[in-house]
Amino acid sequence: MTTDALPAPIRAGFLARRRRHMRLLTLPAMIVIAAVILFPWLFTLWMSAFDWKIGTVAHFVGVDNYVKLATNQRFIESIVHTFYFTALAVVLPLVLGTAAALVFHRQFPYRGFLRAVFTMPMMATPVAIALVWTMMFHPQQGVLNYLLSLVGIPPLLWVYSPTLVIPSLVLVEIWHWTPLVMLIVLGGLASLPTEPYESARLDGASEWQLFRYITFPLVAPFLVVAAVIRTIDALKAFDTIYVISSGGPGTASETINLYLYLQAFAFYNVGNASAVVVVFFVLILAMAMLLLHVRQKAKWTA
Amino acid sequence: MNDRHDDHPDSIRRRLLQAGAGAAALGAVPAAVRTATAQAPFDWKKFKGEKIEVLLTKSPRGDLFTKYHKEFEDLTGIIVGSEMVPEQQQRQKAVIELNSGNPSFDVIGMSYHVQKRQFAKNNWLLDLRPMLADKSMADPNLDFNDFAQGGLNYAVEPDGRVMSLPFNLDPWVVYYNKEIFAAKGIPYPKTFAEMTDAAAKLNDPGKGISGFVGRGLKNANVPVWSSFLLGYGGGFIDANGKLTTDTPEAIESAKMYALLLGKYGPQGVAGFNWNESQTLFMQGKAAMWLDGIGFAAPLEDPTKSRIVGKVGYGVMPAGPKAQVSALFADGEGITRFSKKPGPAFFYIQWASNKQMQTRMLQAAAGAPVRKSAYAAAAQSSDFKSPKEWVDCMLASAAIAKPGLPVIAPVTEFRDTFGIALTNMINGADPATELKKATAEFQPVLDKSEKG
Repeated sequence: MTTDALPAPIRAGFLARRRRHMRLLTLPAMIVIAAVILFPWLFTLWMSAFDWKIGTVAHFVGVDNYVKLATNQRFIESIVHTFYFTALAVVLPLVLGTAAALVFHRQFPYRGFLRAVFTMPMMATPVAIALVWTMMFHPQQGVLNYLLSLVGIPPLLWVYSPTLVIPSLVLVEIWHWTPLVMLIVLGGLASLPTEPYESARLDGASEWQLFRYITFPLVAPFLVVAAVIRTIDALKAFDTIYVISSGGPGTASETINLYLYLQAFAFYNVGNASAVVVVFFVLILAMAMLLLHVRQKAKWTA
Repeated sequence: MNDRHDDHPDSIRRRLLQAGAGAAALGAVPAAVRTATAQAPFDWKKFKGEKIEVLLTKSPRGDLFTKYHKEFEDLTGIIVGSEMVPEQQQRQKAVIELNSGNPSFDVIGMSYHVQKRQFAKNNWLLDLRPMLADKSMADPNLDFNDFAQGGLNYAVEPDGRVMSLPFNLDPWVVYYNKEIFAAKGIPYPKTFAEMTDAAAKLNDPGKGISGFVGRGLKNANVPVWSSFLLGYGGGFIDANGKLTTDTPEAIESAKMYALLLGKYGPQGVAGFNWNESQTLFMQGKAAMWLDGIGFAAPLEDPTKSRIVGKVGYGVMPAGPKAQVSALFADGEGITRFSKKPGPAFFYIQWASNKQMQTRMLQAAAGAPVRKSAYAAAAQSSDFKSPKEWVDCMLASAAIAKPGLPVIAPVTEFRDTFGIALTNMINGADPATELKKATAEFQPVLDKSEKG
């Protein structure tokens, strides 16, 4: 404001100085980012070029770790498991969470109380949940097989079966995280205008048509947000899987995270583990781009 | 972390000692000092006022040591700072700190079956022989003849260096349900053939009773297989460092494993660790359970177990070639980096002394390495372990061999072969699985012994 009164050259100098000062102000943030994000990242990249097991001498091997990973059947399977788990653990809570949100959006007695009850699983500690579910999954003493026996279904092996283990783990995820999706979608529903519904009803639209052509397109951006959050959570899932199945039986539920944990903290293959991290990062980056693309599309249709 | 020691009395003492050593170069006094030291009798108070750090694993043994640390401090005047960490985390912590060359602890409690080769290869422990030979340092009651051979095999290196003192043995035994056996009039099996036969006859899925239960979970399951492998006369590695895990003996023992667990085991056994196995056995739903010796306390606890008084403790049956009990063991060593080897040595001698060993048995916290502890414990009124258990323990310790290969990448070995075994329970061919696992693990082993 006062700069207007100054002659032009002085003012320019002042602004330039001021800009320099302003740049200086970003320095603390830059240092923190460099120290806690950039440096560890570059260091991981650097370590991934070494054949290094803690306690032995590190050898530089270039891209050898990556070449080995590309042909490592166990690692490739772990990627498949990760995406299988993630797909189920995103889609199912999304569908169920949306359904729950539609229910809780209506008026009925004790709605507030029931909403609170519904969100309770979200508040529990993952490891505690995992331990409880482990007991429930037990083929002989577990409550799930007891419940099945009440309705005449033969007992299942749940997490003790190579084919059922991932769906069973997803069951835990669904129980744990459907409420989160519900909350996000409920927020979306609350913000919707009422006019389109009124005019649609006047035109004689059915409930399904209301949902399909009004509600769904309008809450789609919220669903994408929920999908992004769920994808992040499902990709990084470790605690429940580690506690319930530790990647087993065999390697049937070994996700990238579990494989990584074994390589780094059980076998101490730091070089190989770093390469796994880098590959995982690239995969996540690719997925993030895909989701951003979807979100763009959702915006257009909305 | 080093600075921490600097203002401590012990470093002052060390400086005085150094000064004394300096004086030695000059003249007469020190010679006398030296002879005095050489002739000084053993005195627990020798390192009064010093402080050591101990890293233990969270276990009934760790709890027991911690409980009596006060007594050690009163006895020696040495102050003990101790940390107890769950097993897996303790192993990680140990590797990372020892690798840094500046660990925060002087004494480390270790599991030989996992850590022995790793520690030896990296030369992380102090050779105890000089202190054992020094009469002013070694407790006169430290008698190696009293230590079970199985424990000493683990503590002493092939070249004779003594790297630690063992305190706990864990030979594998067969717990069996006497009631289930008696109902069908079957005696406890003496051989592998009788064992599979008994499992077949006692297996009764209709009544929810399994003929056999044991660990099927990968990694945890390897000692179950090695219990059979050793009986078939097989082993892990030959003299040239080649794996012998795909030999006919190995395949036969793997078939036995797959048969006992896959056919006569409970549903879902591929995911069972010791705790699921224990629960099933305690419910009276399994005829036999093969695992480490340390489970007498829960099995005989009426608040937890439905089969109190019906548990038989059987020595591992004889295989076609040998009768062997797979052994795990724990001990305590002193890190090579320790600045207080003397007080640390006093600590590990105390931890493995007869009284602590007797207490360990009385508290059912483990199976002592010192043979005299069994007789001593049996005399006390609060000793609850059945005599049959003690007999089983002593008989098993006498025929015990390491239940896992003594190599650095043990965890990787267990993981690779554990997956193969789990796959076999779920129907995969034992020979194919073992060949695959052996081919996969051989390069890891080669590298670990080279690097």
